[in-house]
Amino acid sequence: MKTKDIKVCIIRAAGTSCDAETARAFQELGVQTEIKHINELVTNSNLLNYNLLVLPGGCTFGDHVRPGAVFAKYLNKKLGKQITQYTDENRPILGISNGFQTLIEYGLLPGFNDNNQQPEITLTTNIPNGFKCQWVYLKNENKGNCSFTNQLPKDKILKMPIAHSEGRLLLHAEKEKQLLQKLADNDMIVLRYCNRDGTPANQTYPINPNGTYHDIAGICNKEGTILGLMPHPERAMHWWQEPDWTDKTHTTPYSDGKLIFENIINNITTKQ
Amino acid sequence: MSSNLYMQSAKVDNVLEVALARATPVELVEISNKLALGLSLDEMKTVQAYFKSENRNPSDVELQTISQTWSEHCCHKTFKGNILFDGKEINSLFKTYIAKVTKEINAPWCFNVFEDNAGIVKFDKGFGIAAKVETHNHPSAVDPFGGAANGIGGVVRDILGVWADPIACTGVSCFGPLNFDYNKLFLGVKHPRYLYRNIAAGLSFYSNNLGVPIVNGATCFDESYTGNVVACCGCFGLLPLDKYLKNAKAGDYIVMAGGKTGRDGIHGVTFASAELTKKSEETSNPAVQTSDPIAEEKLKRAIIIIRDLQLASAITDLGGGGLSSAVGETAERYHCGATVELSKVPVKYSGLAPWEIYISESQERQLFAVPPEHLDAALAVFKQEEVEATAIGQLTSERRLKIKYQTVTVADVDMTFLFNIIASTKQATLSPPMLTEPELAEPADLTNTLIQLLGMPNIASKESVAQTYDYEVKGNTVLKPFQGKYAGPNDAAVLKPLHNSWKGLAISCGINPNYGKIDPYWMAASSIDEAIRNNIAVGGRRIALLDNFIWGNPEKPERLGSLVRACQACYDIAKAYRTPFISGKDSLYNESPMGPVTPTLIITALGIVPDIRSTISMNLKTPENLLYLLGNTYPELGGSEYYKLNGHIGLSVPKLQPHRARKNYYNLTKAIGYGMVKSCHDLSDGGLAVAAAEMAFASNIGLTLDLKAIPNKTITRNDFLLFSESNSRLLIEVSPKDRSDFEALMKNGCTLIGETTKTEKLQIHGLHNNIIIDAPLTKLRDAWKKTLAEA
Repeated sequence: MKTKDIKVCIIRAAGTSCDAETARAFQELGVQTEIKHINELVTNSNLLNYNLLVLPGGCTFGDHVRPGAVFAKYLNKKLGKQITQYTDENRPILGISNGFQTLIEYGLLPGFNDNNQQPEITLTTNIPNGFKCQWVYLKNENKGNCSFTNQLPKDKILKMPIAHSEGRLLLHAEKEKQLLQKLADNDMIVLRYCNRDGTPANQTYPINPNGTYHDIAGICNKEGTILGLMPHPERAMHWWQEPDWTDKTHTTPYSDGKLIFENIINNITTKQ
Repeated sequence: MSSNLYMQSAKVDNVLEVALARATPVELVEISNKLALGLSLDEMKTVQAYFKSENRNPSDVELQTISQTWSEHCCHKTFKGNILFDGKEINSLFKTYIAKVTKEINAPWCFNVFEDNAGIVKFDKGFGIAAKVETHNHPSAVDPFGGAANGIGGVVRDILGVWADPIACTGVSCFGPLNFDYNKLFLGVKHPRYLYRNIAAGLSFYSNNLGVPIVNGATCFDESYTGNVVACCGCFGLLPLDKYLKNAKAGDYIVMAGGKTGRDGIHGVTFASAELTKKSEETSNPAVQTSDPIAEEKLKRAIIIIRDLQLASAITDLGGGGLSSAVGETAERYHCGATVELSKVPVKYSGLAPWEIYISESQERQLFAVPPEHLDAALAVFKQEEVEATAIGQLTSERRLKIKYQTVTVADVDMTFLFNIIASTKQATLSPPMLTEPELAEPADLTNTLIQLLGMPNIASKESVAQTYDYEVKGNTVLKPFQGKYAGPNDAAVLKPLHNSWKGLAISCGINPNYGKIDPYWMAASSIDEAIRNNIAVGGRRIALLDNFIWGNPEKPERLGSLVRACQACYDIAKAYRTPFISGKDSLYNESPMGPVTPTLIITALGIVPDIRSTISMNLKTPENLLYLLGNTYPELGGSEYYKLNGHIGLSVPKLQPHRARKNYYNLTKAIGYGMVKSCHDLSDGGLAVAAAEMAFASNIGLTLDLKAIPNKTITRNDFLLFSESNSRLLIEVSPKDRSDFEALMKNGCTLIGETTKTEKLQIHGLHNNIIIDAPLTKLRDAWKKTLAEA
């Protein structure tokens, strides 16, 4: 499939705020990008027309109940059948920040159990408590399963900003070790917060900015087709978005966030 | 109590008829008080005469409409009225100083100033930038979280009110000291620490949910804000200028969209136009509205679509005065009258009286004029974005405001009468401050003094607050609030609003509350200079200004006198710098039993960065570069943080020589354009020593300075040179290879005073060749960071 034929759908609802910059990032890579309100998708679109679905950042439905909870239910109720069909075909979905929270609430991540069961993994309030916007370092810990990072070297360090108040991955307390093992065995751990030199954050604040379990910032499903991450790659697309660009003499045109978008686009061009 | 003055209307429930015709002057005042009209006896007499001429008594809807339209908040009586000062009569402060300077500068890039909800300047590729800054002080004093949240909500709707898409917000707040003694708080006054936390939380909540970054601001502490907190929110928006449609006419529908109307926010404007009292919380809690940022987000999406499809002929926000202001001002602006059916307004619950519906300030609502042929299409857009929208009336050619409730007329007022606001005449005086210059001995350990200064609340790092705002959302933030590996404070924010243009927007602010205690003229001048030099420091040019006056009760001649002086400074300084005012707002009556606020002028500056790739940040870049000081240093420590540290205010307030400063700024802008400037930082609170420390510890690059190099004829003391707050000064880092070019360009405005080093220390040599400051950067940084880290 040619890059220019790839169709990306960025799904928005009331309270979505990062749709425009996410669309801009994909457009920069030469793919067709549409921003669709969920109501528009319900009335006259088919998700199967798209090669990549993106749930961008924001505070859908005011983060009421839990961030992503209402949007996930809404998606399930209005577009559930199409989404099942879409994911059954192993087509890719990207959830950024509130999009990640939505994928977790929906049950698409980690995707261990069907939707009726109690979730074993959740994203909850930061420790320390409160909203935090800052730049972080992330290490690609995926061994090649995730179709959003499989072309990056393992241990590649990426720099991106976070901005959230509920980004702490919390595993079911009694099954913590088992679940972590399961994530690792299936190569579902994608990004972890780390120091500038790549050494693990080891739960040290603010290197690990929210107290997330095992420093995890992003995970994918078993199939590697669905990625959710708390950091914002679309805010790290261009060099001038980096916080220290004025310190540098030589700057490359793009920044680390692009690698993730590029990676999935490359995979779509070769696979489909 | 003359209860027989009020009669239930025979035709419709919940409407009172007020027997104004036969009311005595005492009863007129009583009516104004009982209905919370906030009208003076003279104004009540004018209203009485009008209804006598109409041969009938008014309804409460009519009286409330008049009260809202004539309130200080809506029509700015003080700024537009007459003032007797210094033996002269000033005919409108606004026209005499603020609007006048803008008119005289006559900048071709000013697209729309003062007339609409926000000022608009031209930007690039057919786009303009809209800007507005508002205060939300009284509501924030009663309910800091809600008040601050609605501060953002309201100013964003002002930007939407000129068809612009909000791209950034700012927040300036002023509090009493965080360690204020609880026992000294007056009844009804909330503790500064509570206000500090909750105002930040309110700003963060609303802007983050809405998805608009807060990129710049300031936090100040002063005793005078203890009883009168200041919450000031700004918003900037982007609009295609050819879509700026404002051409409503008779026959267009009046459409109201957004949230439902409730009893929240009743009498917000009358509340804002009076002093706070210990009862404010119980009497005025309905005046603070509940906020719903997601409702505003939906409204915003719908507005942008309607703008792009050009479906509406006018738009305005429902802010102070609610429907009464929005409908009245829209009709007045297009020389129309209006009919409104209040029972069509969607309400939160039943039982609202018509007058309550008409003046409620419930949030997240916007008013549109829609030509009949576009009504269906416009309503369809609202529906798709899940926004409730209703046509509630029409503009008419007859110049009367006719309000109905369930088809019964409850108001019918002549538009000319309604908008013929009587200019008041107020007395103003100004006496010199009862202050003296302190006699201080020069401290033996100046390193220690600097460490103490860095920890002073007005100087200390505000990073812990800035990080609770999503300053990165929209992905356009080029220069962020904090800079460098160790987060030094940038002077301004820079945004890149357009994908296909390198042109940037620099946003900065200036505020000097302490100087206002000495001299309101120089306070205002200093705030303007600070906002401008912050903008210049990052590479901003073609600067436009926004003013926010925060003053005490203008009925008191002393308060008004200082306001006049500040306005005079606005004219003089803006004229000299050729920086027009494009929008502004006054917040008066900031007075509580604990006293008035110190006269405070918040200036927001909006500059253009021709190419964001040449943006300058504040942290030192490499060792062995040269450090220059731009501008002159005088023994100006009155109102300084250094005097404050020693328990004094003083008299020697920083003055300003704008013509000389303008030349220096012009040359600096050129040097930035030529790529000679590696870093640049303005000197403000704490003077030279603080600015130098901040530049150094932001990236852990050392600095040695020599005070002897500073050109100066009058200062013989190290502490004065280190901590003077003279205006128009900046520190500039230049590479040695550019030395001669830079010096030639800057002429005599700049002096080489030191160089950057590899040792991670700040070392300053004093006037007598000795080292007077010698401190590891980590120690300075820690002092600067710890004060507010966990406040």
